[in-house]
Amino acid sequence: MGDPPRQGDVYVMREGCSPPGPTLATVRLVKIHEYQGKQIFAKYGVPVPKGYPAFSVAEAETAAKKLATETGSPVVVVKAQIHAGGRGKGGGVKVAKGGASEAKVLAEAILGMQLVTHQTGPEGQKVKRLYIEQGLEMVAEMYLGMVVDRDSRRIAFMASTEGGVEIEKVAEETPEKILTVYVDPIVGLSAFQARELAFGLGLMTYGKETVAKFVRLMSALYEAFTKEDCSLLEVNPLAILKNGDVVALDAKVTFDDNASFRHKAWSDLQDKDEEDPIELEAAQAGLNYVSLDGNVGCLVNGAGLAMATMDIIKHAGRAHGVAPANFLDVGGGATQEQVTKAFSMILKSPKVKAIFVNIFGGIMKCDVIANGVVAAAKELGLKVPLVVRLEGTNVELGRKILSESGLAIQAATTMADGAKKIVDAVTGGAK
Amino acid sequence: MSILVGKHTKLIVQGITGGAGSFHAKQMIEYGTRVVGGVTPTRGGETFEGKVPVFDTVNQAVKATGANASVIFVPPPGAADAILEALSAGIELVIAITEGIPVVDMLGVRRVLEAMQAEARASGKPVPRLVGPNCPGVITPDQCKIGIMPGHIHKAGHVGVVSRSGTLTYEAVGQLTALGIGQSTCVGIGGDPVSGMDFVDVLELFQADPDTHGVIMIGEIGGGAEERGAQYIKEKMTKPVAAFIAGTTAPPGKRMGHAGAIISGGKGTASAKIDALVAAGAKVAPTPSDMATTLQSMMS
Repeated sequence: MGDPPRQGDVYVMREGCSPPGPTLATVRLVKIHEYQGKQIFAKYGVPVPKGYPAFSVAEAETAAKKLATETGSPVVVVKAQIHAGGRGKGGGVKVAKGGASEAKVLAEAILGMQLVTHQTGPEGQKVKRLYIEQGLEMVAEMYLGMVVDRDSRRIAFMASTEGGVEIEKVAEETPEKILTVYVDPIVGLSAFQARELAFGLGLMTYGKETVAKFVRLMSALYEAFTKEDCSLLEVNPLAILKNGDVVALDAKVTFDDNASFRHKAWSDLQDKDEEDPIELEAAQAGLNYVSLDGNVGCLVNGAGLAMATMDIIKHAGRAHGVAPANFLDVGGGATQEQVTKAFSMILKSPKVKAIFVNIFGGIMKCDVIANGVVAAAKELGLKVPLVVRLEGTNVELGRKILSESGLAIQAATTMADGAKKIVDAVTGGAK
Repeated sequence: MSILVGKHTKLIVQGITGGAGSFHAKQMIEYGTRVVGGVTPTRGGETFEGKVPVFDTVNQAVKATGANASVIFVPPPGAADAILEALSAGIELVIAITEGIPVVDMLGVRRVLEAMQAEARASGKPVPRLVGPNCPGVITPDQCKIGIMPGHIHKAGHVGVVSRSGTLTYEAVGQLTALGIGQSTCVGIGGDPVSGMDFVDVLELFQADPDTHGVIMIGEIGGGAEERGAQYIKEKMTKPVAAFIAGTTAPPGKRMGHAGAIISGGKGTASAKIDALVAAGAKVAPTPSDMATTLQSMMS
């Protein structure tokens, strides 16, 4: 099979290896924190440890005291809340055996730290929230994950006895240790499917009550996944306790942004500190924007054409150090204001040495693009070369607007012509 | 004689009174598509543009007009339901333009579609098909345009185009027409992870269509649909196929606009898809500007 989903990551897996495994269908991602995920779990009856979020050291100490009273045990876990996985290895998850005073010391160390994990990149992510949780003694750690599998067009459950570790490593080295069932969307999760995973994980070792509890937990997770419109849901580790209970010790939940219209609460769950500020600004304006390393700003309509534009710039400019600075799809139904906003974002980027506007108008009308480009350029000034290629709906009108604007625009007849002109503009080559 | 749509197509527009639905219904009528009715629940009895009857349900529309195709402009909250209504009413070809349908909704639609297709095959009836969602639609130039593509860039002829990307389809069509090469049918299968027709489904129809002499196939990063298409080309396709895969330079782990377009864990890369296509005997255009010339070099 392909790799199972990695925490905080989204990717597409292919069939072809054995055993057959799911390919993850991805949609725009709405990620949330562990403690928020556990609140959702609790709502659907998935057992989770008791815990409280904390935004300051004082709140962390109070939470630890509260937990000690409620559970009768001083042991708590202090957990950094960032979206990336691998927090434990990076030093963002610590156990306080000595109660609230120890929890306070740990909270002081973790809160505000720059937490580096294999998913954050070398610069790490600043910890601004903590989750203080009841410490539980477990006898075994399992892995349980759910994704939308794009090849079978089913929700897939994946389970493994190798919990608590990097599941992608398990998939690579011992794929036979990952068990998968595919759920029919019409009948939902069947009890036999949950039992298959339970027996496959060897849960009978812990008693038949544990098998029954696991089956109930899977059923609750399935309900949460479908009712809350998730695109990914992971429990790593899923703990088996001494008394045979099955508890979700971690919760990784990602929502399908397409369903945001029926989940008004999602906007409150979003943590803006975790988002790329430019991409967030673009998303709020209804634009698809991804920052890249190059020096050519791109404004394109349609995701496929936007990717192809990146490709052709790189193709033409590889030998000259010319590469795209961004992926930007203004979409089909963008207004002139959105186009202005998009072009302004490119103009403001200091790394941009030239701009390529590549439009094949379908629903998008060329005159809307032209007006937006002209408005932004007049407001912010156009200090770098601009190459424009317009085709499709209202192309004549669009070209007229651009030529009458007085802006220094180089018109391109094809994508290849545009890419060549861009490379010349950046390198100061032939005009 | 082209695939999926043509002179025989009698179309209803679901969501005909909405903004996008009414705009594109007019465009389709202008192009010459036989738009025989529209559906907007509670607006039955009205007339669109003074000539197209509006119905409350797809069932009523089919009974009154004999429609055999439906195009869906219903907004995301009701779009999956609209697809199911069309399939349930016996519509053979459903084309869903709507962008942004929740994936959980599409899982159910896909499941129902597969069950209906299996039943139709078993009883020898016409197999219902879904194109999209999140796609530009299907056009057979000079005969029938269903969707949102600019009609004027097309020219009737013998090249089939199938693509996951809307504007990149227009790009390919624009290049073909500029070379004087016409198209038999152009099919946008859409950029969503769970959808209707796949590359293989469309390639099968092009292979069987005597009017299609060559195919341009446009894929993008993410998923395994291009590789399955390559497998079909290798085993069954006798007609030349030129391909382009968008996203060669896309960084892993970043989603490139379309819900399905993301590389991660080393899967779904452009190079893996290109290798599969080349191994299958397709010719892959080095840049998006060379799609039409690449096919031309194979056909002459």
